[in-house]
Amino acid sequence: MDVRSQVSMVFHLDKCIGCHTCSIACKNIWTDRKGAEYMWWNNVETKPGTGYPTKWEDQEIYKGGWEKNGDSVSLKGAGKFKGLKNIFHNPHLPVLDDYYEPWTYKYQDLFTAPEGDDQPTARPVSLVTGEHMDVQAGPNWDDDLGGSPDYARQDYNLNQLSQAEQEAMFQLERMTFFYLPRICNHCLNPACVASCPSGAIYKRGEDGVVLINQERCRAWRMCVTACPYKKSYYNWHTGKSEKCVLCYPRLESGQAPACFHSCVGRIRYLGVLLYDADKIQKIASVPEDQLVDAQMDIYLDPFDPEVIRKAQLNGIADSTIEAAQKSPVYKFVKVWKLALPLHPEFRTLPNLFYVPALLPTMATVSNGIYDSTSKSLWNDVSQNRLPMKYLASLFTAGNTSKIVEVMKRLMAVRLHRRGVTVGDLNRNEISSAMSEAQVDAETADAIFRLTSLATFDERFVIPPAHREESIEMLENTGDVKGNTGFGFKERPARGL
Amino acid sequence: MINYLLFIVLPYAALTIFLIGSIYRYRSRGFSVSSISSQFLEGRRLFWGSQPFHWGLFFLFFGHLIAFLFPRAVLAWNGQPVRLLILEITAFVFGLSALLGLLLLVRRRLITKRVKIVTSKMDIVVFVILLVQIISGLMVAYYSRWGSSWFASFITPYLRSIFVFDPQMDAIASVTSVWLKVHVVSAFTLIGIIPFTRFMHFLVYPLDYTWRSYQQVIWNWNRRYIRTSRAHSEGHKSQNN
Ligand code: SF4
Ligand code: SF4
Repeated sequence: MDVRSQVSMVFHLDKCIGCHTCSIACKNIWTDRKGAEYMWWNNVETKPGTGYPTKWEDQEIYKGGWEKNGDSVSLKGAGKFKGLKNIFHNPHLPVLDDYYEPWTYKYQDLFTAPEGDDQPTARPVSLVTGEHMDVQAGPNWDDDLGGSPDYARQDYNLNQLSQAEQEAMFQLERMTFFYLPRICNHCLNPACVASCPSGAIYKRGEDGVVLINQERCRAWRMCVTACPYKKSYYNWHTGKSEKCVLCYPRLESGQAPACFHSCVGRIRYLGVLLYDADKIQKIASVPEDQLVDAQMDIYLDPFDPEVIRKAQLNGIADSTIEAAQKSPVYKFVKVWKLALPLHPEFRTLPNLFYVPALLPTMATVSNGIYDSTSKSLWNDVSQNRLPMKYLASLFTAGNTSKIVEVMKRLMAVRLHRRGVTVGDLNRNEISSAMSEAQVDAETADAIFRLTSLATFDERFVIPPAHREESIEMLENTGDVKGNTGFGFKERPARGL
Repeated sequence: MINYLLFIVLPYAALTIFLIGSIYRYRSRGFSVSSISSQFLEGRRLFWGSQPFHWGLFFLFFGHLIAFLFPRAVLAWNGQPVRLLILEITAFVFGLSALLGLLLLVRRRLITKRVKIVTSKMDIVVFVILLVQIISGLMVAYYSRWGSSWFASFITPYLRSIFVFDPQMDAIASVTSVWLKVHVVSAFTLIGIIPFTRFMHFLVYPLDYTWRSYQQVIWNWNRRYIRTSRAHSEGHKSQNN
């Protein structure tokens, strides 16, 4: 058992209001630079939809992630042989138009336009070429199902559904959607790291954050292809790839990452998970329908004395173990089994988990008659507005029973709380739902509390980084006082 | 005099600049070392230019290297006319492929707006020198046949004399082919400008990827090592805090 610690995340999709505050917080800090304008390390997608970059989930197009290869896994579109063979031209590299061409407006024209009969306008100009352009796409072009025939209908996850099921989903009175905020998953088996020919990408041992060393990146562009989530981006100006850094300078000083901190819906949770690094390869290689359960097995119980002993032997600080015991992520993922990884079939073992959106039906329309006489307030989860198969394609590699389990548990909590606060539901109905989902009242209350009432410190349990000590190992802090700090030692200018 | 400048001063100047410049740039200006690929801005035209160009140069580079290091082996191979022909024609085809690729790349830079934006002055220098280098090489191969055989008697001794710090330029100065002289001079110029151009990416070709393990984990501070280390109390301690 090789115990390591990983800063992991949970996003509670029922609570996301799609405000994009998180994306803007990130952009203001990290990607408001030349060459990075098109990057959204944090982006929010409407589901169903094609996402950003367009159709990123379809690995027949982008060749991201790992695929099963005998007893192990190999990279689908990169790796030692494919990577070096394609180094002069990578056939699977998405280009700018797969994302969108970033633009701004000529605001100055509003002030300087000569007097005339027409209103002055601020025309859009490209942030790449500086020329006038017609805006064709943006990072959330299909927000709130805008342009559904072109976008929502092309959603990759609909492939799992029959034609009739798809038609049912897109009937006007049944249409529904939810938001899917995405950042880098800081995976346990990161495809980006494995694909980097120059070895510039690495996982930090202490907290598992995956970073790109900007001084070693040589623009071989393989990580962009290899990351199945398309969360490694190529900066066309500096000639370096960049990705979400999980705001590590903030984490190290005990603050939540900017997107977490600013989240209006308070959907985000961050905490430590302890995992067994010896199992990574084995678990990344299990058959598809077992992937979710297998991944849950890799995370260890931070209360188990044996795990604690091994963690200490591995040099994990006591403060980190304590953080793991308080981790909200551990509760959502392991204890309550409510949160699932996004597209586990990419086999990168992502560390960002989603509590799926419940979206129950409260009424149905048949023959033009609005019918709310279902036997319960919220119909059975099998009648939820989004087909279970659709959610299964997103979160459980197609394993529908797994997603139904989670939904039933979420529903049980909701029924229980309705019973407590309003009390208009049939007692038997509540207790049978709870026993079926194996949730007792105490657990349901705890889930409710962490979901809706949790304070800042309950949502973000950040282990102290102890960087102060690590620096002392390397040099005399007195000698470097005032010399080093956060930032580039070398100006990050494009090379010749 | 001019021969002395071109065939003795230039090579040493170029090699010195190359060595000091690229080591300095690699160590102290790491951020600027990149292939600065523009595939992200334009991918289709790049394919038709970059592939023939790079693969052509790739094989030509190793061809030259082998001829320089093992001239006897090359001569022995050339002992039979058929083999000589095969070698020369293959090399010529790689040269043509590099030239064709380069021309397509130049064209792409000129006609693709997005790529034009990221083209620097040094890129133009790179294009010019590569054009001179490749065209002169093809001319030598065509007019002064068969280079793979006379290489050993004219070029190898000259290059070797440069590298053993006993420069002898008689052999090269006596050559009548202007193309050959151009080829040699532009080759040294190219070496000399490596640290100032995107040629740097050739030096950081990721060979080590072939043997490194796929996953990489880096500890800022390996607590496990510290706990088992007996040396942790040694070394110098902080003076002023
Ligand atoms: S999500 Fe992509 S970029 Fe992030 S660690 Fe995983 S493979 Fe790498
Ligand atoms: S800030 Fe929070 S609620 Fe708003 S879009 Fe982002 S994740 Fe959703």
